[in-house]
Amino acid sequence: MIELRDVHKAFGSNKVLRGVNLTIPRGESMVIIGGSGTGKSIALKSILGLVKPDSGTILLDGVDVAKAERDAFLARFGMLFQGGALFDSLSVWQNVAFRLLRGTQKRPVDEARAIAIEKLRRVGLKPDVADQFPAELSGGMQKRVGLARAIAAEPEIIFFDEPTTGLDPIMSGVINALIREIVTEMGATAMTITHDMSSVRAIADKVAMLHDGVIKWTGPVGEMDASGDPYLDQFIHGRAEGPIEAVR
Amino acid sequence: MILLVPVAAIGRSTLALLATIGQVAIYVGLVLSHILRPPFYFREFFSALLTIGYFSLPVVGLTTLFTGGALALQIYSGGARFNAESVVPQIVAIGIVRELGPVLTGLMVAGRVAASIAAEIGTMKVTEQIDALTTLSTNPIKYLTVPRVLAATIALPLLAAVGDIIGIMGGYLVGVTRLDFNAAVYLTTTVDFLVAKDVVSGLVKAGVFGFIIAMMGCYHGMNSGRGAQGVGRATTNAVVSASILILAANYLLTELFF
Repeated sequence: MIELRDVHKAFGSNKVLRGVNLTIPRGESMVIIGGSGTGKSIALKSILGLVKPDSGTILLDGVDVAKAERDAFLARFGMLFQGGALFDSLSVWQNVAFRLLRGTQKRPVDEARAIAIEKLRRVGLKPDVADQFPAELSGGMQKRVGLARAIAAEPEIIFFDEPTTGLDPIMSGVINALIREIVTEMGATAMTITHDMSSVRAIADKVAMLHDGVIKWTGPVGEMDASGDPYLDQFIHGRAEGPIEAVR
Repeated sequence: MILLVPVAAIGRSTLALLATIGQVAIYVGLVLSHILRPPFYFREFFSALLTIGYFSLPVVGLTTLFTGGALALQIYSGGARFNAESVVPQIVAIGIVRELGPVLTGLMVAGRVAASIAAEIGTMKVTEQIDALTTLSTNPIKYLTVPRVLAATIALPLLAAVGDIIGIMGGYLVGVTRLDFNAAVYLTTTVDFLVAKDVVSGLVKAGVFGFIIAMMGCYHGMNSGRGAQGVGRATTNAVVSASILILAANYLLTELFF
């Protein structure tokens, strides 16, 4: 279980997180929605330790992540980055097997390559992609490789940062379906941040709405449409009028 | 009150400069603390050694070849004013080995390598590849900076040694073909004149320059701003700061070996 308790983060005078409280139970898929610049990515990066919160506590299974042993802590996570964040200098299979080729989870090269090819197959890519380089792939294929890399070491927790950004609607649907299948199949805890409401409906068990640095609403995805929360209503229906100020 | 505006501006610049020096010092300390601790990324080290060392050979060779030739002509011209034309081999040798070989190698490699390292790491930062490394339990300093710093510190003395030989050869070619020196006498004079300290001091300088080049490339890359403009600025800053630090370090090391 992941818990954020009164997490604050500011960059200079810009207060991005103003007391975020959120609980993600083990094995559930939580999707955080909210407008651009509302701190979704910062919340996610705070959990991973990529950004250090100014105050507040983040707990993973009751242990403060700031005091956890770093390698063991990170070994529990997989992450799909918004742009894929694939390493240009490495081939596709070396990207997927990155964690399996070094560090505490190191395996023999042949075994790591076999696992990488299996994970590529799992995300719908053929083995001949394995020896290509990221620059040779389309945006959708890069997302799939990023997804394969995120699940390569069978993590307990997977984070998805804007998984469908930059993809056409059909490819978005494919990636959403893949994420849902994989999360269910692995029994992993998932946290996704997105603006894309079709992703929310496809991926989420629970939804949290982040606005102005705090969680405005949280609940099961099935209750989202009838929440009565004016912020959530405006966001999910994409209305220009409402409590969220839209810059024209 | 308005009189204080320039004073405040100087104060802000001074504080910013001191903050940068502090950040660089902390970064250097971090890198040094990681150099001797495992894991070691040998593949990245050898790849960096090839990129920094082997692929810089043409640039270094051509630079020192032409500089050696020009130096021979200048020394001959200056020496002729007090009938000392015969000192060309000695002065070319000492000028190249102690000063121009390492400095020109450092500056040329700074232009080529510091820019490339800063652009590569800056782009990795902008595209979240550095964050990806961290989430994959890999320390970016250990994986990206340490191999490059070690490779540059080892490659630069080797490049400078090659540069020294080619630079002296440039002087030799001009001396023999243009200034009518006897080929055998030119070479014998050069070899007899140089002492081990001349060569060693130049190679030590080159090692320090290599450390500076890789460190500046990595530091500015890791601290790159967002977007193409941020990466461009990081690249420029890496080359400028590496070049200035090389020239400053050259003076200090020359004082040390004087």
